[in-house]
Amino acid sequence: MTYNAPDSTGHFGPYGGQFVPETLIPALNELKAAYRDAARDDSFQDDLSVMLRDYVGRPTALTFASRLTEAFGGARIYLKREDLCHTGAHKINNTVGQILLARRMGKRRIIAETGAGQHGVATATVCARFGMTCVVYMGAEDMKRQQLNVLRMRLLGAEVRPATSGSRTLKDATNEAIRDWVTNVRNTFYIIGSVVGPHPYPMMVRDFHAIIGRETSRQLQEQVGRDAPDVLLACVGGGSNAIGLYYPFLDRSDVRCIGVEASGEGLDGRHAATLTLGEPGVLHGALSYLLQDSEGQVQLAHSISAGLDYPGVGPEHAWLKDSGRVEYMSATDSEAVRALEQVSELEGIIPALETAHAFARLPDIAAGMSPSDIVVVNCSGRGDKDMGTISQYIQERDQ
Amino acid sequence: MFLTCGFPSPDDTLALMQTMEEAGADFIELGMPFSDPLAEGGPIQRSSARALARGMTMQRTLRTAAAFRESSTLPLVLMGYANPVMRYGLGNFFEACHSSGVDGLILPDVPVEEAKPFIEQATKHDINLIFLVSPLTPTDRLRQIDRLSSGFVYAVSVAGVTGAELPDPDDVVRYVASARKEVQSNPLLVGFGIRTREDVVRYASVSDGCIVGSELVREIERTEQAKGNVSERVRSFVHSLKYG
Repeated sequence: MTYNAPDSTGHFGPYGGQFVPETLIPALNELKAAYRDAARDDSFQDDLSVMLRDYVGRPTALTFASRLTEAFGGARIYLKREDLCHTGAHKINNTVGQILLARRMGKRRIIAETGAGQHGVATATVCARFGMTCVVYMGAEDMKRQQLNVLRMRLLGAEVRPATSGSRTLKDATNEAIRDWVTNVRNTFYIIGSVVGPHPYPMMVRDFHAIIGRETSRQLQEQVGRDAPDVLLACVGGGSNAIGLYYPFLDRSDVRCIGVEASGEGLDGRHAATLTLGEPGVLHGALSYLLQDSEGQVQLAHSISAGLDYPGVGPEHAWLKDSGRVEYMSATDSEAVRALEQVSELEGIIPALETAHAFARLPDIAAGMSPSDIVVVNCSGRGDKDMGTISQYIQERDQ
Repeated sequence: MFLTCGFPSPDDTLALMQTMEEAGADFIELGMPFSDPLAEGGPIQRSSARALARGMTMQRTLRTAAAFRESSTLPLVLMGYANPVMRYGLGNFFEACHSSGVDGLILPDVPVEEAKPFIEQATKHDINLIFLVSPLTPTDRLRQIDRLSSGFVYAVSVAGVTGAELPDPDDVVRYVASARKEVQSNPLLVGFGIRTREDVVRYASVSDGCIVGSELVREIERTEQAKGNVSERVRSFVHSLKYG
């Protein structure tokens, strides 16, 4: 079977769609058409490839993690090094793609939402590169947790606007960004940072990140003579780094895909495990799994990682869960921090807290496999931005 | 007139609806509070958050509607977001609307693209489903939305959120007048950013009426701050919009 989603109306099975105010529908239609043209236009694809190579630093390395492999005593472990991308995470693959599209459409003003600040930084970066006006919405709570990224965005010339409603995190920043877009839609391009939002965003953002999986296949071929691993492992908040890794392999039934959500304080406490414990619902323009109460009010998520602290998830993940193609697990705050310490000590790589959630499930997965098997972990970002959070967490834990 | 159900508190809404009717309101749009109302500006966001914080639920909103209907024949329309309605169950929700005497439903995050299951249930339970059009809606789409709407078509005055500052009033008048020509099957009402008697007179002259919501919330907030009589202020505000 050939994997072929979404359909022409932007649905992944029952999920996805365009649950947005009427004012945005013409803009989404315009975006859909522009993206379709760009995807078929060699000059656009050439510009994108050059930017990814000369500015982002692609291809990113595929690193054999010899000491993690030795420590778990099972499958051989490889790391797809998205942490080596310019700005420190995979997020820039998508912002480069979308800013080229914005230029093509003649839009001069860019807006974005951000949680941990990585997408905000990646957006501010490409806006600086192309001389575009940039406004980033960020939850007031997240601005406190991620002060360094706020400073980075400001140095890059972006205006960072605090979202002060609701939980003052990513969910509320996204509401504010959508409200800005409704108001300024004539001249503004909204660069969404994950595989969420109304069609065509989940598809388009996935496509811009699919280079992660395509490179992985090619690099495995070069390094070990196989074009696919046995297991792909990634963290899932909105789910962009995970879908980028999985997408080129979704037709390969011999490749097991695993996503790890944030279970925060634990699945019986405050968490962000949307696919594990949520139920279908509409938020930010799409039907997907959602953390919500019995009244359909959106619940607050919790994770030590600001990038996973979101009560929704991309609609394609909802579909991949229901269809059984991808397995979803979860990791707690404390498991993620322990994994971060372990990967730092054994491999000399400090992963982002988001990424550390994927590493937290790695021992259970790898240990049961044979040394001829291969696991690829998407090392989606680096941990520099999290030093404040980690230092505070470790101090409290070790007291 | 629009008011969020549960604002200023769950016990006050019904009496204020009745006050608005007495003061001259031609229909009531009752807001179903939602945690993430992305088409709303500050005032309705605040009223929605406050209603939820004070324990407003879908059941209580429907009970408020039913209680209003017991003593009034004024058209009554619910406004809210897709998720709480879907959570309630579409069939159950439309059935409850019908038995509560609700005449219509406005869901600003359900454009015609996603409306099929909503239209089916609305038709089955004899509830009007009111779609929105905006200044950016192309002409052929305006006609399509008019065909799918029942009750009326809601013309959003400006690309923006509720309570927005209106641009040049002449632009709004031109847009509404041109939309009025295309909308043949339904009345066309204008909302978003309408605050004063002057606005109402101006936009009603090229449409079938105006909807005021955010400014009412602001009036209530200002009256509370000044420790004034909210009911009296609502009465005089609605009266002034209707009669000058």
